[in-house]
Amino acid sequence: MKKIEAIIQPFKLEEVKEALKAIGIDGMTITEVRGHGRQKGHKETYRGQEYNVDLLPKVKVELVVTDDRINEVTSAIATSARTGKIGDGKIFVYEVAEAIRIRNDDRGEAAL
Amino acid sequence: MLVSAALVLMMTGPGLALFYGGLVRRKNVLSTMMHSFILMAVVTVVWAVVGYSLAFGGTGPFLGDLHFAFLNNVGAAPNADYAATIPQQTFMIYQLMFAIITPALISGAFAERMKFSAMLLFTVLWLLLVYFPMAHMVWGKGGLLNAFSGGKVPTFDFAGGTVVHITSGVSALVCALYLGKRVGYPTVAMKPHSLVLSVIGACLLWVGWFGFNAGSALAASSLATSAFVATHFGAAAAALGWLFAEWMHNGKPSMLGGISGCVAGLVAITPASGFVQPFPALLIGACAGVLCYFMVIAVKAKFGYDDTLDAFGVHGAGGTLGALLTGVFATSLVNDGLKDAKGHVLPLGLVDGQPGQVLNQAIGCAVAWGLAIVGTLIILKVCDLLVGVRVTKEQEMEGLDVSQHGEEGYIFEA
Repeated sequence: MKKIEAIIQPFKLEEVKEALKAIGIDGMTITEVRGHGRQKGHKETYRGQEYNVDLLPKVKVELVVTDDRINEVTSAIATSARTGKIGDGKIFVYEVAEAIRIRNDDRGEAAL
Repeated sequence: MLVSAALVLMMTGPGLALFYGGLVRRKNVLSTMMHSFILMAVVTVVWAVVGYSLAFGGTGPFLGDLHFAFLNNVGAAPNADYAATIPQQTFMIYQLMFAIITPALISGAFAERMKFSAMLLFTVLWLLLVYFPMAHMVWGKGGLLNAFSGGKVPTFDFAGGTVVHITSGVSALVCALYLGKRVGYPTVAMKPHSLVLSVIGACLLWVGWFGFNAGSALAASSLATSAFVATHFGAAAAALGWLFAEWMHNGKPSMLGGISGCVAGLVAITPASGFVQPFPALLIGACAGVLCYFMVIAVKAKFGYDDTLDAFGVHGAGGTLGALLTGVFATSLVNDGLKDAKGHVLPLGLVDGQPGQVLNQAIGCAVAWGLAIVGTLIILKVCDLLVGVRVTKEQEMEGLDVSQHGEEGYIFEA
């Protein structure tokens, strides 16, 4: 099992959800986060007081899939989240040691 | 008149409460709104007991007397000294609303760091020492600065440029200097937590201001209409003035700039509203928008005082500018209330051929500045000795909502 963690542009969330649904992925967790990579932030001014906002709003999508689907799912996310501009985000993939469905104690891939 | 009174109360709550509440950080939204709200209650009580009498009783040059204390003899019969066509109780309740908003304006300077107990004590003392004397001098019968009842230095202040805005704005500066900067200012980000609230508040102020200025005619007359028009024109021109100054100077026109400008214009047109024609009103507004922008972004930065919500930059500076320009543009074509012994209408300002009026206006401003500086300093010292004016550093970091009031403005998990 692998966990996919994708940091994407907030306005791309709907497209990513649609793309995942199209390949039969229907479970995910999303979080509103702030961060930046190489993307520079922007300047805000309130009555002359300037602030550089470099931590920008992003959405983090997390989902766990079986090993054989990892390429299919990551490329679906990457394609649907891409604008080609800096700030599009990143995808990280982790090993998952165990998965447990709380409702009935299913273990491993059966719990996904 | 009753509608005007209600409009002026609407300026404090919800108008000012929303305007100021949106400009502070989230942890201080309730304490800031409380500053405005609680004055609607506190000032009312003080006004009933002695306030109205000290402002409008008697004929002394500096302060009223206790003739109307506990609202004795303030009933349905008009008081011909002030408004011969409305019950004195109507006049009394209308003037109360001005006494409520004035100290609420000051709270913009000490927001996010003043103790609630100190703020209550400060307000009561400030009304007694600064507001009531100033109101009497400018508007009270026999008052030193009252042009319409034989004051020694006849100044024109239709709806409170000196009484409301200079006193509150200058006192605000004194408070900002006395309390010192907020922890972390200006290096830590202190962004307004909700400009949406501020926009709603500012628009309520704009509407309420018609009660403030047009209502000051104390009758449904052509003078009231003229004041209404001048008020609206001043606000419009100032919103544009601030916005374009900001656009040229900083590259982008901001919503906060727009609402700050409109308030600056409303402030500046306040003393002039019952004396000037529409185009001078536009001019006064435009000047106020540009001047207050530079007060807030350049002067404040240069001197480094932390006037949290720019009560001085907007009300102190805008009020002074408006008071002076009233001396330039006041004309008997608008206001024929000033008459000689034979009943002939007298000229008013520079445009009427009375350049000396500008000097009178300057003296009026100087009195207001002086009284505000000295009075506020004394009161702050007294409050500091009695209860301490500033919260502890820990309380300030935690936020005044929790540390002073034990509650939060926004509960997201509820």
